[in-house]
Amino acid sequence: MEESTEIASIKIMNIYALKGTVKLGLKSLWMHRLRSTLTILGVVFGVSSVIAMLAIGAGASKEAQAAIARLGSTNLIIETVKPPEQQELSGETQFVTAYGLTYADAESIRNTLPYVEVTVPVREIPSEARYLTHQVAVKVIGTVPWYTEIAPIHLVAGRFLSSTDEYRELTTCVIDEQLGQRLFGFEDPIGMHVRISESFYRVVGIVSAGSGVAEDKKNSAEDSASRSGVAGNIYIPLSAARSRFSDMVGNFGTSGRSFEKVELHKIIVKVPSNDEVLPTHQVLDTLLKRLHEKQDFRIIVPLELLREAERTTRIFSIVLGSIAAISLLVGGIGIMNIMLATVSERTREIGIRRALGARKTDIITQFLAETLLLTFLGGIIGICLGSFIPFFVTKFANMATVITGASLMLAFGISGIIGLTFGLYPAWHAANMNPIESLRHE
Amino acid sequence: MEVVKIEKMCKTYLMGKTHLQALRDVDLAVGQGQYLAIMGPSGSGKSTLLNLLGCLDRPSSGRYFLGGSDVSRMNDTELSQIRGKRIGFIFQSYNLIAQLNVLENIELPMFYQGVSAADSNRRACELADIVGLGDRIKHRPAELSGGQQQRVAIARALANDPVILLADEPTGNLDSASGAEILTILDGLQARNKTLIVVTHDEGIASRAQRTIHLLDGRIDRDCLN
Repeated sequence: MEESTEIASIKIMNIYALKGTVKLGLKSLWMHRLRSTLTILGVVFGVSSVIAMLAIGAGASKEAQAAIARLGSTNLIIETVKPPEQQELSGETQFVTAYGLTYADAESIRNTLPYVEVTVPVREIPSEARYLTHQVAVKVIGTVPWYTEIAPIHLVAGRFLSSTDEYRELTTCVIDEQLGQRLFGFEDPIGMHVRISESFYRVVGIVSAGSGVAEDKKNSAEDSASRSGVAGNIYIPLSAARSRFSDMVGNFGTSGRSFEKVELHKIIVKVPSNDEVLPTHQVLDTLLKRLHEKQDFRIIVPLELLREAERTTRIFSIVLGSIAAISLLVGGIGIMNIMLATVSERTREIGIRRALGARKTDIITQFLAETLLLTFLGGIIGICLGSFIPFFVTKFANMATVITGASLMLAFGISGIIGLTFGLYPAWHAANMNPIESLRHE
Repeated sequence: MEVVKIEKMCKTYLMGKTHLQALRDVDLAVGQGQYLAIMGPSGSGKSTLLNLLGCLDRPSSGRYFLGGSDVSRMNDTELSQIRGKRIGFIFQSYNLIAQLNVLENIELPMFYQGVSAADSNRRACELADIVGLGDRIKHRPAELSGGQQQRVAIARALANDPVILLADEPTGNLDSASGAEILTILDGLQARNKTLIVVTHDEGIASRAQRTIHLLDGRIDRDCLN
């Protein structure tokens, strides 16, 4: 009978003890304010660096993925590249080199791969656009109306190129919003005529920036450098581009004259789902190798780039996370050091408490509670600080950062685990001191 | 009725390579409400006996019954419970916790027995009144005189209504006036049927007790009723 009431009293005790222990812990931490603050700093910096590092990693990953996603994950982009041997040959004399993708290639892809949703041939011609006295460098993109299926086209006004434009070789065009402003100022570009090369093209639509197939930054550094003066894109029907612009492009360099004959610059193929991307890549490669003697094309697979980017950013996150984890570990060791000092300083108090009926578990709870309070406090301050750092990184280093709820939880969880791990030994040490010797301790 | 009963208790310490016999076959029985003084020269085993009586240590051999239960076979947790519930300690150097105020110091043993905050607060206030410190419950030990600190310690020892009170030189650090006050309080406790065991060098204190035992070389040398 007596035993059962004893057990009951122990259970009740846990509830009161918890409240009392937390109160006691806060009190003794407040007693040693400076020491507590210094102890917390390790955790604060550890936690905030975990959050900041993860935010920077997540930001980099998001940026890379967004860039690749604009290429379209179900797209395969075949690009014309200048074959290397031709570059050497074109050195001395006047020479015409024909290379790259052809209209026939686009036709054979359409015929060989019936499951392909769309095949979009693209011709890109650097040129100049004029309106009255305004003249700007542009990239003329000759393409088909279903270009909209493989790339995002955000219409601001008017419409995109239509089938009628294509079949009747109409000289219509769709221009970038910025280009419209440079050419027409405050006038409404719709219905106006732009002169490109020797022909006039009627503006039928305006698209916002960010439309069209994104450039694969990594692989076209030189390309983008050469286009640095380009004010924008002008989309015209492929048929018009074919009839009004020559396939020949002349280079008049210091080493002499050369002509290049390129029919198509890009063929973009869209497959129904991600699963067909890799098999299609192989088929296209085989097919085009049979049609081309020279290696004058390359196939860019956004899905593969996406996966590669995911791997890279994961490694990036792991490296950053490990650095942050090490700083947390150092903070944890600091806490353990301070707690051991605290325990030895309070040996007599521990002896008194033991004499007054405190069990070993009570002493463990007391010191563990103090450590946990310290680390949680450090964790909370660290989360606040850590949420600010990415903000400054974005502002001053111009890097994208993303603070995820998971990273906050992770950082807080880790600080709790640090508290438990590094608090357990000092607490255990305190509980296992001999009460008689503790009482005698000066 | 016997509150404390010790049978053939021995305690051996290992000092380096030699065994030191601090207590040799001690038999002792203390009745309910008895006021017992333990005397003896340094090294006679007084402290060892007090530690064993206070369940801070376990005997090497022999048995110890406290309030009817055999505490010599108990584990650490059970001993902690016994100390909190059945034993009240009064130390020479008071041993109050400096960070806690008078009230919180008195509440401490009740905290470890799981007494609710309201109950322990009420009881602590009563005890503070009994020892004459009802108006200083919010003071820290450092703000009190030695005599007042020892009175807090007595109140704390009484918190869980223990079976025995153990006092180790309770007036050793006090001037004679404060010491006299403390002894008066102890006399009062004895009058209320508390069992009181005091370790002392002071013949004056021993003379207030009903019974005195003299220890010598770990044995009870003399056991006399006053």
